[in-house]
Amino acid sequence: MENYTLEIKPKSKLLDLNLKETWKYRDLLFLFVRRDFVAIYKQTVLGPLWFFIQPILTSLMQLVIFNNIAKIPVDGMPPLVFYLSGNVMWQYFSSCLTLTSNTFRGNAGIFGKVYFPRVITPLSMVISQLLKFGVQLSLFLAVWGYFMIIGGTEVNLIPSWHIVLLPVLIIIMAGLGLGAGMLISALTTKYRDFTFLLTFAVQLMMYATPVIYPLSFVEGKMKQIIMLNPMTGIVETFRYGFTGAGTFSWELLGYSIVFMAVLMFLGTVVFNKVEKTFMDTV
Amino acid sequence: MTKTIIKIENLSKQYRLGTIGTGTIAHDLNRWWQTNILKNPDPYLKIGEANDRAHKGMSEYVWALRDINLDIKEGDVVGIIGKNGAGKSTLLKILSRVTAPTTGSIKVNGRLGSLLEVGTGFHPELTGRENIFLNGAILGMTKAEIRSKLDEIIDFSGCERYIDTPVKRYSSGMNVRLGFAVAAFLEPEILVVDEVLAVGDAEFQKKAIGKMQDVSQNHGRTVLFVSHNMASINKLCPKSIILKNGSILSEGKSNNIIEEYIYDNLSENTLNDNIQSKDGTVKLVKITINNGKKLLTGKKANFEFDIYFANLVKNPAFIIAVKSLSDENIIFLSTEPISGHYVGDCKGKTRVSLSIESLNLGAGNYLLYFGIALPKIQFLIEPTKVCSIDVQPFDVYKSGYHIHNNKSLLTIDHSWQVKSIK
Repeated sequence: MENYTLEIKPKSKLLDLNLKETWKYRDLLFLFVRRDFVAIYKQTVLGPLWFFIQPILTSLMQLVIFNNIAKIPVDGMPPLVFYLSGNVMWQYFSSCLTLTSNTFRGNAGIFGKVYFPRVITPLSMVISQLLKFGVQLSLFLAVWGYFMIIGGTEVNLIPSWHIVLLPVLIIIMAGLGLGAGMLISALTTKYRDFTFLLTFAVQLMMYATPVIYPLSFVEGKMKQIIMLNPMTGIVETFRYGFTGAGTFSWELLGYSIVFMAVLMFLGTVVFNKVEKTFMDTV
Repeated sequence: MTKTIIKIENLSKQYRLGTIGTGTIAHDLNRWWQTNILKNPDPYLKIGEANDRAHKGMSEYVWALRDINLDIKEGDVVGIIGKNGAGKSTLLKILSRVTAPTTGSIKVNGRLGSLLEVGTGFHPELTGRENIFLNGAILGMTKAEIRSKLDEIIDFSGCERYIDTPVKRYSSGMNVRLGFAVAAFLEPEILVVDEVLAVGDAEFQKKAIGKMQDVSQNHGRTVLFVSHNMASINKLCPKSIILKNGSILSEGKSNNIIEEYIYDNLSENTLNDNIQSKDGTVKLVKITINNGKKLLTGKKANFEFDIYFANLVKNPAFIIAVKSLSDENIIFLSTEPISGHYVGDCKGKTRVSLSIESLNLGAGNYLLYFGIALPKIQFLIEPTKVCSIDVQPFDVYKSGYHIHNNKSLLTIDHSWQVKSIK
């Protein structure tokens, strides 16, 4: 009996990660990341500076509407720091989710012609969004540093040791976005209904995350519902780490981690199942 | 004995026709219930039909491929031919792992590169150079590999001047050139190529075919090649396979297989009794080839066409042509203007005879074409395949050596002189 290096069969195992092959394609991952990052700002003069403008404008708008008009408190932070922190974090999660959820439909052209481990595509999106997040985080740091130096705010913006949790927060967000995105992208290959649902769900979920209000502002049953949202713990921990104000609890963060793990598992299983034959139904 | 490099066993692929909507949910649920809960075989696998695109079928499930069994040896260059919808591309897609088979399996030994399209994943905003890296990586090359071949790739594409310009500014031909150039430097043990050579200009096609020949002959790679162009199949692939309605009709040496394929198509079309003008007033009634005798290489030949003109037709010109099985023109004759034979007016039954003093065709099969043109370059009947003709070998050169058309399409009167010169 001869040895064959590859066997093409109808169905694969439940969880077939194929990490070895994915590793072989790491250059492709890098080039996809580069493409996504570079291509957006080709033929612009300001280039990646545009990454700054989006969160600044959103934050200023929220400052006027929710702080000045609706008088929603901001845990004693400078309002701009409060809104910017919420937006930078939320933006990363939501763009990971919306981009990866379009994996199969958006790349049907390539997937229909060439084989490579499909998981490369959503991974590349999460990483290229991470670059954008990095740029926006530096904007946040600049604003935060400015308010820390001029001082005179209710909370003194001294970072607590929780700031070292930042990498963990990023991993959880990426995992949540990737897991949910893979799940949705697999479901939309055959039935498009989920696409409509997603736009609505992302909007709704932002309001269920303490982006424009602090968790300390809500009480009772509402608070419990909002704490069910895995993003709540992340945004709150981020603010707590940088400013010392807000809510931090290990339970909340632990809940987010468990949620992420479950979502990643489900997403990978479903993605695995669909990736082999999605070309027939997409 | 050479090793089997690709082993295809009982491979089948089923497709569902029609749109996906509420109707498919019921099927999906039923399938899930039957296979996962009751542990029955998939109920929809039983009801598929052969994939015949032209006829309305009973089932909404068709078999694009049905029970394909095939062994491909190391170093083989195999052509895959068949009509549209015969399953060629489906087979290549399964081989390239773009989609999975419904049942059966393929075992592959070695790195498999596929080329179902050139320039896959080109991003219009990126420059040619950036796209070479991107496309190469998509095809499975590492960055280091691409970098080491970058100059060769750019040179092969012939787009040096544009290499730092975004590909959205490229002409479509340049896009294809760049795409093929990247693919040409892919070095898998097995290469799967769909009809990608059909694009690009003549110079580039020649270059591309040359590269393919180089890859298969000099580097001993295994190549699977799908094409409708019989000439390039014949040139590249010693072996071929015909697919018909999802099954292998036959496999063997390309020469024989191509003939069989063309015969198979001819017999289906019953061209002989259905050659007429669009309005039906002019009709080919009967043809007689060489008064019923065999055609011989280098001998006299005679073709008679009986045509019926219902109305008076002024100055028609009759066209008789002979093509090779791979559709290359060999002989093209017309009363006017080529032969300068003025026909005049035609009405009623008319017999057109063409006498050929010496039929200088190598022995083998050819296709006979017939057509009628009117003055001012307009066809009454466009040149149409009438039938195939079989030219028998004859010792034209009186040497006992027979000229077959796989060696030489033509024979020619000639003489040799060999002597020493000072």
